[in-house]
Amino acid sequence: MSQNLRVKSSEFIDETHRISFKFDGKTYYGFKGDTLASALIANNVHLVGRSFKYHRPRGIMTSGSEEPNAIVQINPNSNITEPNARATEIEIYEGLEASSQNCWPSVNFDIGGINNFLAPLLPAGFYYKTFMWPKSFWEKYEFFIRYSAGLGKSPTNRDPDIYDHRNIHCDVLVVGAGISGILAAKNAAKNNFKTLLLEEKNELGGSTIFETNEENKINNKLASEWLKKEISELKNIKNLEIKTRTSVAAYHQYNYLLARENLTDHLEKKDKKDKIRQRLLKIRAKKVILATGALERPLIFNNNDRPGIILSSAIKKYNNFYGVACGTKTIFFTNNDSAYESALALHNKGLNVKAIIDIRENSNSRIIKKINDAGIKIYWSHSIVDTTGYKRLSSVSIMKLSNDGTSVTGSKISISCDCLGIAGGWTPAVHLYTQSGNKLTFDEERKIFIPKTNTAEQISVGSCAGDFELDEIIKNLNYKLKIFLNINNSDFEDIAIENDHDTSKRNIWLLPSDKPIGKTKPFVDYQNDATAKDIKLALREGFRSIEHVKRYTTTGMGTDQGKLGNMHALGIIADTAGVKMGELGTTTFRPPYTPLTFGTIVGRNVGEFFDTFRRTPMNDWHVKNKAKFENVGQWKRAWYYPINGETMHQAVQRESKAARQSAGILDASTLGKIDIQGSDATEFLNRVYTNAWSKLAIGKCRYGLMLNEDGMVYDDGVTTRLGENHYIMTTTTGGAANVLGKLEDYLQTEWPELDVYLTSVTDHFATASLCGPNSKKILNKIIPELNLSDDNFPHMSFKEVLIDKIKCRVMRISFTGELSYEINTPASYGEAVWQKCIEAGKEFDITPYGTETMHLLRAEKGFIIVGQDTDGTMTPIDLQMDWIVSKKKYDFIGKRSLYRSDTMKENRKQLVGLLTEDPNIVLEEGAQIVSELNQKPVEMLGHVTSSYFSPNLNKSIALAVVKDGKNMKGKKLFIPMENKNISVTVSNTIFYDEENKRINV
Amino acid sequence: MFLINCPYCGERDQQEFKAGGEAHIERPKQPTELSDDEWAEYLFMRKNIKGVQFERWNHAHGCRKWFNMVRDTSNDQIKAIYKMGEKPPSQ
Ligand SMILES: [Zn+2]
Repeated sequence: MSQNLRVKSSEFIDETHRISFKFDGKTYYGFKGDTLASALIANNVHLVGRSFKYHRPRGIMTSGSEEPNAIVQINPNSNITEPNARATEIEIYEGLEASSQNCWPSVNFDIGGINNFLAPLLPAGFYYKTFMWPKSFWEKYEFFIRYSAGLGKSPTNRDPDIYDHRNIHCDVLVVGAGISGILAAKNAAKNNFKTLLLEEKNELGGSTIFETNEENKINNKLASEWLKKEISELKNIKNLEIKTRTSVAAYHQYNYLLARENLTDHLEKKDKKDKIRQRLLKIRAKKVILATGALERPLIFNNNDRPGIILSSAIKKYNNFYGVACGTKTIFFTNNDSAYESALALHNKGLNVKAIIDIRENSNSRIIKKINDAGIKIYWSHSIVDTTGYKRLSSVSIMKLSNDGTSVTGSKISISCDCLGIAGGWTPAVHLYTQSGNKLTFDEERKIFIPKTNTAEQISVGSCAGDFELDEIIKNLNYKLKIFLNINNSDFEDIAIENDHDTSKRNIWLLPSDKPIGKTKPFVDYQNDATAKDIKLALREGFRSIEHVKRYTTTGMGTDQGKLGNMHALGIIADTAGVKMGELGTTTFRPPYTPLTFGTIVGRNVGEFFDTFRRTPMNDWHVKNKAKFENVGQWKRAWYYPINGETMHQAVQRESKAARQSAGILDASTLGKIDIQGSDATEFLNRVYTNAWSKLAIGKCRYGLMLNEDGMVYDDGVTTRLGENHYIMTTTTGGAANVLGKLEDYLQTEWPELDVYLTSVTDHFATASLCGPNSKKILNKIIPELNLSDDNFPHMSFKEVLIDKIKCRVMRISFTGELSYEINTPASYGEAVWQKCIEAGKEFDITPYGTETMHLLRAEKGFIIVGQDTDGTMTPIDLQMDWIVSKKKYDFIGKRSLYRSDTMKENRKQLVGLLTEDPNIVLEEGAQIVSELNQKPVEMLGHVTSSYFSPNLNKSIALAVVKDGKNMKGKKLFIPMENKNISVTVSNTIFYDEENKRINV
Repeated sequence: MFLINCPYCGERDQQEFKAGGEAHIERPKQPTELSDDEWAEYLFMRKNIKGVQFERWNHAHGCRKWFNMVRDTSNDQIKAIYKMGEKPPSQ
């Protein structure tokens, strides 16, 4: 049946360019200019999907982004398939493949369709009520639901397409290129505003461009003809940029909008190659003009969801624009005049319009006469009470409406048809307006929500502002633009407009049937299968807030975000609950207006660009020497260096031994480094660290602990006094940026009187940390002129030296407990100096070690790692580091909090050591600690923070935080694990070299 | 996404900035003289107003300066921006 539903050719369709495509495995033909929906309709394919809950057959219902039913999978057999695309928005191209979603095994035979007959068992809140109980059954339900429901398949391979981001700044952004948007953009650009006009479709002109109603004229021409000329002039206007196939997804504060520009989706495969597929436009506009138009409303009546039931305006667009007939015997069902325009458009192309069913009593429009002249029967004050046809509409039954519109009377008339156009009036598309944070107002008379305010930064024009008639649109547009753009004249003040005027409308949210509501299926949300019955049930069950009813019934929660049925849901709630719609409010419209692909959102930030990495100057050496890396903050740090297929455990045991027995070397370049200068630098350190700094001599180093104002440990590190007013502070790798920020904050806001300057120099220096009993010999080989005696260069001191004429700083400090030197070189010499250390260390079997070994070695010494052994709830006292808290200093950050009643409690969690009864068992970090195994409920005393097998002690060691741990030394505790209980004894936190002899070996 | 007029750099996108909570809470000069309750008032208590609120902001990915902002939290309108140490504009 191919192409048999093409009506007279359309100027928007290129019939010389035939395109083949596949839908559900079958090949069809369409023309350039077709959407998948129009091409399918031309092939008489209406059944395109199944509904979510009942799996009822569903057909194409709209011609735009509001489509709830024709949701398809693109490239269904590919591992880069794309789900949830709207057939009404897909422009066909040679080779396009698409398939229906949400049906199994096929759209024509669907097992889930059985739900339709189980419908009485699937009321509102069905999923909540059923699948939540009993809980243990969830897995079984889930299997069933995921198999037969679900919205499409996700791709399994990575997206091969290229996406992009672009920042745009403009004076005026116009959203929507219907007649209002075009006239607004033209006015703005001509008045020297840098203007950007965005349109989600591929053509300009909105619905006016295919308007054929001769009752509406501009300057004595058909509105469409007049607008075409205006559009043809757009390209000559400078200051105006136009982007089609561009949909605004989000409207944030301060006129910041995100739009998706679709660049290649309409091209065939060979033309897509190597091109950017979609671009996210990040727009900052001084002024925004919303001209987003209006969406036609359906009517809510019994069985209003059969394939062949289509919005009246969509039928007109398929007919006028795509040259496609939606049926051979069409009926219209309406509550206003717009269906008559559609009916006449069909009639004028020689199509059979069998009847118009109007719930109004009459209309005074001139167009009624034309309908009468055409011989089309009008049923005034009638309503559809039922429809038939499973996979395609075959008839409608109508009855006379009572005066109050709540019931039907008289005898039932059945009319056969294969297409029904429904026209329930118009809903201004105010989604973007509300996203911008502005409020709506409800027009009780016309039953529409319209924008409440125009501001100096934003106006709404045209039908999205509630202006539906041509003369209204132009008059209000001119008026608003003059104020908004502060211009004397609009370009369109002297145009003559002829309008057919009868805006009468009879609004009945839920049309009555001859059957009781319980026996009917009036769908409000087509995609989620929510009916008027469900909404009424939710109200009976006590739901009142619109937001609750929405979630309980799932109304408006599909991929279409309730663009069609939301107003009816509100109306039915208002009518049922006896409240005014304006008082009920509306649900929040959240971004995105139409779905966005993840690709568009992330743009170029994929693969190696997903996140930024920082690499040390010695990185190449680590790579060459087969280091495994770990992420620490943004840094890639060498983790361990396996040789000969060692496991991580084996490598770490070897590295740890070597560092204590001879020599190890660690890349410590990532530690944060802050250069502190100024005449108040010493006073500043006194205020930010817990210990005293006034007596630190030039050339000496000191360990410092930094607290938050709440008394909890925030960071630690060694600071060296380089000169009278000059220090270099080191911070933890992960904390560097935050520490700098915190210090700057205090300096700028609390202590602006201090003469202190902070500079982050983390990246300026590379740091090689030499450690072990032979480190002194190695350093001596590199810097023979430096006197390394303990007298000249004792522990916790610093020397500035030259290595190959390069100025370097050497600190004798230790995080392992061994004799240790940190060589800081300008970053660009980092790898060279590291190489030198390796060469010099060869005779001592110098062993490079990574972060894992560093952690193990410091744990043997009981040195904490902030963020591992602390978690923002540990004071220095909790860490048993009372020695570092100055009692003499009047104040420092966090001092007062150490004397709060809570922080002074005796039985807080405190840092302790743990030794396992079986020295071979290594505890799991994070494991919980208890004192009683049989007590219920079990009291958790704390948890393991660090745990290793120490090769130097040949036993398992751990650090833990334990409630009242200070007083528990020698006490036996338990670590209950899944399969066993591990016995441990509380110990000192220092496991190795308690006398600190090794720093001076 | 706000457009924030840094008093040192001019208008910049919000993503360059960091919010720093309520403004004009001065760190007590003599914390040791304070009772637990008084210290807790300084340390923990914040107003979190729906409406006009005085806030601290930092141009973290710019000049790194801290400044004050008067913002209506109900509609995100920025009413005023002024430097640290300057008097807040009268309401
Ligand atoms: Zn700035």
